[in-house]
Amino acid sequence: MEREQVQRVGFVLLGLLALVVVLPILFVVGTIVVKGISAINVEFLLALPRDGMKTGGIFPAIVGTILLTLGTAAVAIPVGVGGAVYLAEYARDTRLTRAIRLAIINLAGIPSVVYGLFGLGLFVLFLKFGTSILAGSLTLAIMTLPIIISTSEEALRTVPSEFRTVNASLGGTRWQGIHNVVLPQALPGMITGVILGLLRAAGETAPILFTVAAFYLPRLPESVFDQTMALPYHLFVISTQVPGMPLEIQFGTALVLLTLVLSMNVLASIMRSYFRKRRQW
Amino acid sequence: MNLDRISYILLICGLFVSGCTTRSELPSQQQALSSTTATIENKGSDTLVNLALAWAERYTGEHSEVHISVTGGGSGTGIAAMINGTVDIANASRAMKPEEITRAEANGISPVEIVVARDAIAIVAHPSNAVDQLTLAQISDIYTGKLVNWQQVGGADRPIVPLSRESNSGTYVYMLENVIRLGEKESELLFSPDTLLMASSEGISTEVRQNPNAFGYDGLGYVSPDQKVIAVARDESGPFVLPSVDTVNDGSYPISRPLFMYTAGEPQGAIKAYLDWVLSEGQAAVLELGFVPIHE
Amino acid sequence: MSVRKWLEFFIESGIRVLGFSSIGIVALIFLFLLREGLPVLVEVPVGNLFGVGWYPTFDQFGIVPLLLGSLLVTIVAILIALPLGVATAVYVREVAPNWAREILKPMIEVLAGIPSVVLGFFGITLLAPLVRETLGAPTGLTAFTGALILAYMALPTIISVAEDALDAVPKSYRDAGVALGATQWQTIWLVVVPAARSGIMTAVMLGIGRAIGETMAVMMVTGNAARLPLTLDSLFRPARTMTATIAAEMGEVAQGSIHYHALFGIAIILFLLTFAINLAAASTIFKKRRRGGLR
Repeated sequence: MEREQVQRVGFVLLGLLALVVVLPILFVVGTIVVKGISAINVEFLLALPRDGMKTGGIFPAIVGTILLTLGTAAVAIPVGVGGAVYLAEYARDTRLTRAIRLAIINLAGIPSVVYGLFGLGLFVLFLKFGTSILAGSLTLAIMTLPIIISTSEEALRTVPSEFRTVNASLGGTRWQGIHNVVLPQALPGMITGVILGLLRAAGETAPILFTVAAFYLPRLPESVFDQTMALPYHLFVISTQVPGMPLEIQFGTALVLLTLVLSMNVLASIMRSYFRKRRQW
Repeated sequence: MNLDRISYILLICGLFVSGCTTRSELPSQQQALSSTTATIENKGSDTLVNLALAWAERYTGEHSEVHISVTGGGSGTGIAAMINGTVDIANASRAMKPEEITRAEANGISPVEIVVARDAIAIVAHPSNAVDQLTLAQISDIYTGKLVNWQQVGGADRPIVPLSRESNSGTYVYMLENVIRLGEKESELLFSPDTLLMASSEGISTEVRQNPNAFGYDGLGYVSPDQKVIAVARDESGPFVLPSVDTVNDGSYPISRPLFMYTAGEPQGAIKAYLDWVLSEGQAAVLELGFVPIHE
Repeated sequence: MSVRKWLEFFIESGIRVLGFSSIGIVALIFLFLLREGLPVLVEVPVGNLFGVGWYPTFDQFGIVPLLLGSLLVTIVAILIALPLGVATAVYVREVAPNWAREILKPMIEVLAGIPSVVLGFFGITLLAPLVRETLGAPTGLTAFTGALILAYMALPTIISVAEDALDAVPKSYRDAGVALGATQWQTIWLVVVPAARSGIMTAVMLGIGRAIGETMAVMMVTGNAARLPLTLDSLFRPARTMTATIAAEMGEVAQGSIHYHALFGIAIILFLLTFAINLAAASTIFKKRRRGGLR
């Protein structure tokens, strides 16, 4: 009997610890929703900031984040998917391949602020791009690369080898097999990985601090060499640097950022389970 | 194997080629984007940033063909950007150091200094704090860590939490040189390592507003009614003065300084028009935001 | 060769190039960091560099308080996150009823997705005042506040890797426990978890790597005071991490100045630290896979 009691107490304890993990999450998200929702209206989302950014909207920041995410995707997806295809389909287990994997592990672990400093040093200063969407996107793209490569490679690997064998037996070349058979099958998994990588890029502040972000830029950027406002930087700035910023607007901005990132997360999850059901193997 | 090696070499060449071509094709940041709009990039002092923001808003309201972007980051940030040649106007709450000017000139940039406003640095604490007045020496001792409890300066038995700006702030440098070191050039005193370095003036305000132990300094324009301003005297005998436009203008408040904007070379074109406006009609905004206009 | 063959050749070469791109990029980053960071070893005397005062605008570049600051915040974060993470992983994998599992897993994914700046914002508006009031610290901006937020940021990594480790333990182990008359509780702690030992170690290492590299949240809540955290109460005093230092100061450095080189020097330390940690974690996984067993 005693062992049963110990077990019951133990299970409750574990459950409580899991609760300690979950409750703060609910509290954080809940607080931001409750305190921020009152600031959200069409004007907030679509208008330019006014009056020292204390009224008006955060439209330029939203647009800026979208542009940066697209820029990141433009660079990270081709390079990442290409790299993944190489690793999954072409590479043999040589020292070179192991070096590549090591490099990816390394890239995945580099702190975001080191990417920011690197981006500042190389793209903004050395290559003289200045603080620009170009510099910011390149920095974010390099940061996102390892996530896209790993998830894409895994997606390619889960495609059973039978597909490739059938392609070969029908006389297709390796590239034809990849291009016509394997890639389409792996696409859902790869898209999920891309979304997960991009949502990280959308939420990061340190890499864009000094490569692209502007405190106040009351017009939309006109070229890739322009600065832009961005949601994570905007939240950072209005919560630490602007006097008299209504708390409501701070929470509202946090809510918009959180919604953007979490909805991408949800999208990725839905895609993952939907395509898992529809898989052809 | 041969294919792999060729590809790798191609990659290296590609990186080199792209690096070489882009540098020559870039438009200079000072050129207008088109014949009808001009963009002015304005970066630097956090003390100035809200004033710069107000100026930008009002000026572009009247002159819609000009776009002005404003970024903070501290005087050091603005000056560094000026030296690196990446900004049109650098805002600074301290003068450029001689080494910085030399480095700028080595990059082919001759900074021109323009005084755009004046500022009092207020010493602030939580509204519940009993302390009303401090001498410069006491302020210096608090920041160097010699005085650690409010009781030592006439307050309650609470630890003092000293707040400061980051090292990139012109206000930080000004406080260090003129208050902590009491203006002595030979002094090597520094902020104590226990001083919290806040990312901006508002960071100091936030903590001062809610923490009864807090002790900070801020440009007068950043002081809100929910903070307590402490009167300062040059020494124990002197009058303890609260900062205001009047006490800055008549020199009775001991901690006041000019605020600068630096341009690369003499301002021209759209930048000159903007700065002329700042020095004339823009001064109305200076008063509204709690700073001191340049003319009395 | 036909046109199609030429096209395929170019595409496949392109793919090969892209395959090597990650090596090229890492090499580029590391070499650039070295190029801009190594000069600090020449420009700043070693006594200064390993000194205790970080006053970069007044020529003191002592990195010790920054190193210790990062270490303090990271270690405390892992001390909090490790038991919480392992317990949650065990609960989700071994104990939880299905309905609980359906709630917990998405919640953890939500936590993984919350941007650092949002948690930092939450920290300064709600958590720091709470820490100050309930724990009686002079200010709520402390190493502890930072460690607390860091712990939650590292949790998703720790939980998911620990979960995988528990998953990898074959059913036969659990069956053996039951066959010997042990309760599920006893089986978990005496059989399954020890068997998943190395995977849990990996989880901790990856969690540490995550925590050391975190920037925005710690910068907003730790107070950024470059003090030496040598006494026990330093936990409830402000601290300054390496990452926050770079983020706070990188805007103000003129290219080529000593301060610029010093920041890159700190970046090199961070690069090497996270490389070593992730390498150790990865090699544990590789070794396990190659041996085909659990340990």
